[in-house]
Amino acid sequence: MLDIRIPIGLLFAVLGVLVLAFGIATNSDPEMYVKSMQININLWSGVFMTLFGAFMLIWVKMTKKAE
Amino acid sequence: MEQTFDLQWIDYAIMLIYFVFVLGIGWVLKRYMKDANAFLEAGRSMPAWVAGLAFISTNLGALEVMGMTGSGAKYGMMTTDFYWIGAIPAMIFLAIFMMPFYYGSKARSVPEYLKLRFDEKTRGLNAILFAVMTILASGISMYALAILMEKVLGWDFNLSLILSAAIVLGYTYLGGLSSAIYNEVLQFFIIVIGLFPIVYLSLHEVGGWHGLKESLEPIVTNKGFAADAFTTTWKYSGAAKSNPMGVEWYSIAAGLGFVLSFGYWCTNFLIVQRAMAAESPVAARKTPLIGALPKMFIPFLIIVPGIVALVLMNNPTSGFSITDPVTGQPNYDLTIIMLLKHYLPAGVLGLGLTALLASFMSGMAGNVSAFNTVWTYDIYQSYIRPVTSDKEADSKHYLKVGRLATIFGVLVSIAAAYLAGLFGNIMDFLQTIFSMINAPLFAVIALGMFWKRTTGHAAFIGLLAGFTIALLHHGLTAPMGATTLVKGGWLGIVHVYPVEMAQNFWTAIFAFVTSASLTIGLSLTTKKIKTDEELVGLVYSLTPRSGMNDGKWISRPSTLAWLVGIIAIILTILFW
Repeated sequence: MLDIRIPIGLLFAVLGVLVLAFGIATNSDPEMYVKSMQININLWSGVFMTLFGAFMLIWVKMTKKAE
Repeated sequence: MEQTFDLQWIDYAIMLIYFVFVLGIGWVLKRYMKDANAFLEAGRSMPAWVAGLAFISTNLGALEVMGMTGSGAKYGMMTTDFYWIGAIPAMIFLAIFMMPFYYGSKARSVPEYLKLRFDEKTRGLNAILFAVMTILASGISMYALAILMEKVLGWDFNLSLILSAAIVLGYTYLGGLSSAIYNEVLQFFIIVIGLFPIVYLSLHEVGGWHGLKESLEPIVTNKGFAADAFTTTWKYSGAAKSNPMGVEWYSIAAGLGFVLSFGYWCTNFLIVQRAMAAESPVAARKTPLIGALPKMFIPFLIIVPGIVALVLMNNPTSGFSITDPVTGQPNYDLTIIMLLKHYLPAGVLGLGLTALLASFMSGMAGNVSAFNTVWTYDIYQSYIRPVTSDKEADSKHYLKVGRLATIFGVLVSIAAAYLAGLFGNIMDFLQTIFSMINAPLFAVIALGMFWKRTTGHAAFIGLLAGFTIALLHHGLTAPMGATTLVKGGWLGIVHVYPVEMAQNFWTAIFAFVTSASLTIGLSLTTKKIKTDEELVGLVYSLTPRSGMNDGKWISRPSTLAWLVGIIAIILTILFW
């Protein structure tokens, strides 16, 4: 059956890259991050989600190899 | 309150990507759905960590997220009583003592366990009440979400209702329980990751936990409580008047910590079904424990931002408000979404809203997948079309029935959501009534599992009587200042509770005690019909206990149970 780690990994990798790119593109926009007290929260969320997605996919790869 | 807020393309893109994945999972799983067993029971194939995260995700529905954030603003850290004492002990009990029988008996649902352990009438009563309650709960949470989306995002009520129901129907119809469980795991991560930015930003603004305590002091003293009453849990529970929840420690311990939580976690098929889908008896026992690990930390995700919201509300320059423009009263259900609005820029805002939608979907899919199983096995197969000698044809037939029940369940949920809009009070009332089923049910199941003398007649009468007493108690008492009969007192008022929560706790306690004592009394006086041989695998003292705690010591259910228990105690002491 489908390994649930694959869709989780893919979803967060896609969302992570998207939000990270958005964070980089809007980094110099002073209006954008007034709400978040000038913290570029998109950048940080994006980085974290990309890493989390990658972790899930690597985990699947590793268990496949072990088998 | 500034009415709606605008979303940018990126926010919609995030939601869209999420929907594609959710439906995609259902689509991929479709080809595995060959018979009723695969569709309704996930073929008993889930690894413990998958079942465990699904277990907790089903519980983390939209009403939980909205309600607990609101309670954080209303009652402060005392809200964690719903977690550390109001969930963890019951989850450990379910895992260690009850799962071996639910799983080992090969019952496909909680009502079916009642049939195996007691008799047909006890099963029938439970199955019918459960089916009605589940659909109702699903409809109420749909209504709550759609009305929120309408108020805050300006989305059309009908559109968000139908669209979200259609997506849930899509993936549960395609992939059954497996799809619901897989998506719940996905939703769990989305909820945590999507809401985490508000935890970080809200604590950053008030200067961390220490800063939060300081900012709360004037606000809380102003309400007439001790300065740290909103950042402690048990410290002021000696007298009802000195804590924000308005209940004493013994009501919390007995009502919430015992009757309500054991009733909910140990008998609710919605929850237990996830553990029943696990791949082995050991995995089934681990499921509630793996769910308990994140459960203990969910207060930091949803309650703590709620407490920060209280600080924001009392700071006029923050521009933060949850006041309902129509009534002029604070609407605590709005807390979570107003926090999202207050802190999150485009991008993470879409993520936060997706988290809210995910919480709604995991709750609803849980309801629908539990409903279709109870309907197919406990109602349809028992009373309408029993099994025949042709196993293969049967399996195909019940798969079809399960699928149809999924559609039917979603349609009735939608109808219930509209009823909730038209007759909000009646729905509130029904929900209160149905919340009373669990306490007597726990009394009966626990007695059945741990005392072989318990008889079917006694269980049936015990259930009915517990429910009747709960109704009577609700009808004869009311919380202070109640303005509608929905809150109780519809038979005349004998006793007034200071707060609604105390009334709920005592309703459950009365129901439990009545049901337990009647079941014991009648068991001693009625004839034991089932022989000891028939009760093997269903009753503790008659079941051999091997293979229930296998594995290396570090990965055994018992080790995990100790770990969960110790962390819960440490958290309780830290925030005493």
